[in-house]
Amino acid sequence: MSEPILSVRDLSVTFDVRPQNAWPWTPSLKLQAVSGLSIDLQPGETLGLVGESGSGKSTLARAIIGTVPVSGGDILYKGQSLMAMGRQERRKHRRDVQMVFQDPLASLNPRMTVGDIIAEPLVTHEPDTPRKDVKSRVGELMERVGLLPNLINRYPHEFSGGQCQRIGIARALILKPKLMICDEPVSALDVSVQAQVVNLLTELQKDMGLSMIFIAHDLSVVKHISDRIVVMYLGRPMEIGPSKAVCRAPTHPYTQALIASVPIPDPKAERARVRPILEGDLPSPLAPPSGCVFRTRCPKVQAVCAGDRPVMDTSGPDQMAACPFHD
Amino acid sequence: MITQTDVKMLEETAHLAQVRGRSLWEDARVRFFRNKAAVAGLFVLIAICAFALFGGLFAKFEPDYVDFSLMGANAYQGVPSLSSGHYFGTDIDGRDLFARTVQGTSISLLVGIVGSLVAVVVGTLYGATAGYVGGRTDGIMMRIVDILMSIPFMFVLILMLVIFGRSILMLFIGIGLISWLNMARIARGQTLTIKNKEFVEAAIATGVSPFTIILRHIIPNLLGIVIVYATLLVPEMIIFESFISYLGLGVQEPNTSLGALINAGASQMTNGTLWMLFYPLGFFLITLFAFFFVGDGLRDALDPKDR
Ligand SMILES: Nc1ncnc2c1ncn2[C@@H]1O[C@H](COP(=O)(O)OP(=O)(O)OP(=O)(O)O)[C@@H](O)[C@H]1O
Ligand code: SF4
Ligand SMILES: [Mg+2]
Repeated sequence: MSEPILSVRDLSVTFDVRPQNAWPWTPSLKLQAVSGLSIDLQPGETLGLVGESGSGKSTLARAIIGTVPVSGGDILYKGQSLMAMGRQERRKHRRDVQMVFQDPLASLNPRMTVGDIIAEPLVTHEPDTPRKDVKSRVGELMERVGLLPNLINRYPHEFSGGQCQRIGIARALILKPKLMICDEPVSALDVSVQAQVVNLLTELQKDMGLSMIFIAHDLSVVKHISDRIVVMYLGRPMEIGPSKAVCRAPTHPYTQALIASVPIPDPKAERARVRPILEGDLPSPLAPPSGCVFRTRCPKVQAVCAGDRPVMDTSGPDQMAACPFHD
Repeated sequence: MITQTDVKMLEETAHLAQVRGRSLWEDARVRFFRNKAAVAGLFVLIAICAFALFGGLFAKFEPDYVDFSLMGANAYQGVPSLSSGHYFGTDIDGRDLFARTVQGTSISLLVGIVGSLVAVVVGTLYGATAGYVGGRTDGIMMRIVDILMSIPFMFVLILMLVIFGRSILMLFIGIGLISWLNMARIARGQTLTIKNKEFVEAAIATGVSPFTIILRHIIPNLLGIVIVYATLLVPEMIIFESFISYLGLGVQEPNTSLGALINAGASQMTNGTLWMLFYPLGFFLITLFAFFFVGDGLRDALDPKDR
């Protein structure tokens, strides 16, 4: 195996949350948004990241692009620790890792023209580029992502959600990054547009040889496009494995429940099916259950699950699950 | 019939013509000019500014020229009339009220606009910095604002005017000292929301420097609300100055402001010289209403939340 382009080592991100109506001297609560997560990403690989809302997917993405402080562990980019980098070095590094955001419209400055938005990374990292070149590169890229280049002087609010996401994608690609993180790039879009945007992303990824982390809250979106999938729950990894294996033969009880909760299009089959439905609510991330965080909702829960936190254990070829009772 | 070639040609022309987008500012302008009350307010405001700037050219007398023949007899001889040249009549000292109203209006407008400008510059920069830097700096900066706000400023200003003497400069300093406080709070609150928007995060993630982020992403998105608030602050400052002048502490003779004129008029109310009250009061109210209408129109046009 070649050297991974990105490796996340035992990463944890903790937020201080002020309790409501508290005295100024009461200590803040610690919210473990991501905890003990390790993944390696190979060059050109697409990694799917799946989890319910609040499972810390965006926080992981933010930790990688460096917009939230990391409280433990390390992130290595091509073997180089991002934590150890100086300010200048880090700024230079940022051009290699770009992100496409969850909310297409909110990720575009409403006061800037589309052209200026797409050009911003270029103007930031190559300030000496002549205006003409900037414009032609923006135009080329707009065409590439399926926008008419004559819309260059328009403003974000004049576009639909799908078009806004294309603008966001163009902005992420203008510097030809090595790694692109897509944080639920389609969950805010109409179903009819979702497929177009996903296709565009996979196409671009192949053309440019990008590595990609693709975040989604259910498996159906990521299973076709990712090589490997990470399933997260309450900030902890539950299962990691090749996409096919995770979807066809999930080994962790949480992944199994997730897959079972996807409705089958045929109503008859849907009714006939017995499935271990996820019961109960997501526990508060401020007070996660001891031991296995999934134990409050797990159909296979046993007494020992409340004890030690289960470690990642090989459960199949290249497949790992954080559960001693995996299949 | 539209043929294939026509379609192709249409598409090509569409391709060639660079479409000019309509920025939010242009949208806001269109919305503003659709609002009749706001446009009327704007015209009145322009008229009042013209009156304050050029009204003096039409006055037959200097504002401080005392007509001794009219002194004390203005109730009978100083009646507003076109033939005597005292369009608005004269005051108790026999001075031309038209010329004095022009002067009063311009000083009141000046006070309002200076107060509002100080608020925009100092308040916005202070608030945006506190909001963007955040953390302890933010805490300290905003506590200072809280402390300044809790001081009864009317009282302090009156004390200052009594101690250092009444002068326009003192008045400007006093008004400048308080006007920016609210603006700083508003700018900070806005900055906090804008700072957490994804487009700012996107800029941070690509490596844009904090200073550029404030200039390129924060301030343009803050400006709408700042403009609205600044417009509404002008009448507030005019009222504030008038109150001080009404107490007899504001602008000093021979200069005058609308508040001082209203004060003089009110004290002569029982002497049958009601024009001394009504002309300045009329200008005062019209100016305030015009500012409020324009401010409301700007708010509707600029603030996306209220739409
Ligand atoms: N800046 C922050 N301060 C405090 N808590 C935060 C912050 N950002 C995220 N959190 C908390 O961290 C947890 C994980 O949030 P995150 O946004 O990463 O979830 P997510 O998996 O992306 O969810 P979604 O699918 O809704 O986007 C949540 O409980 C959230 O409330
Ligand atoms: S460790 Fe226990 S609670 Fe957790 S997933 Fe496995 S069986 Fe369920
Ligand atoms: Mg998210």
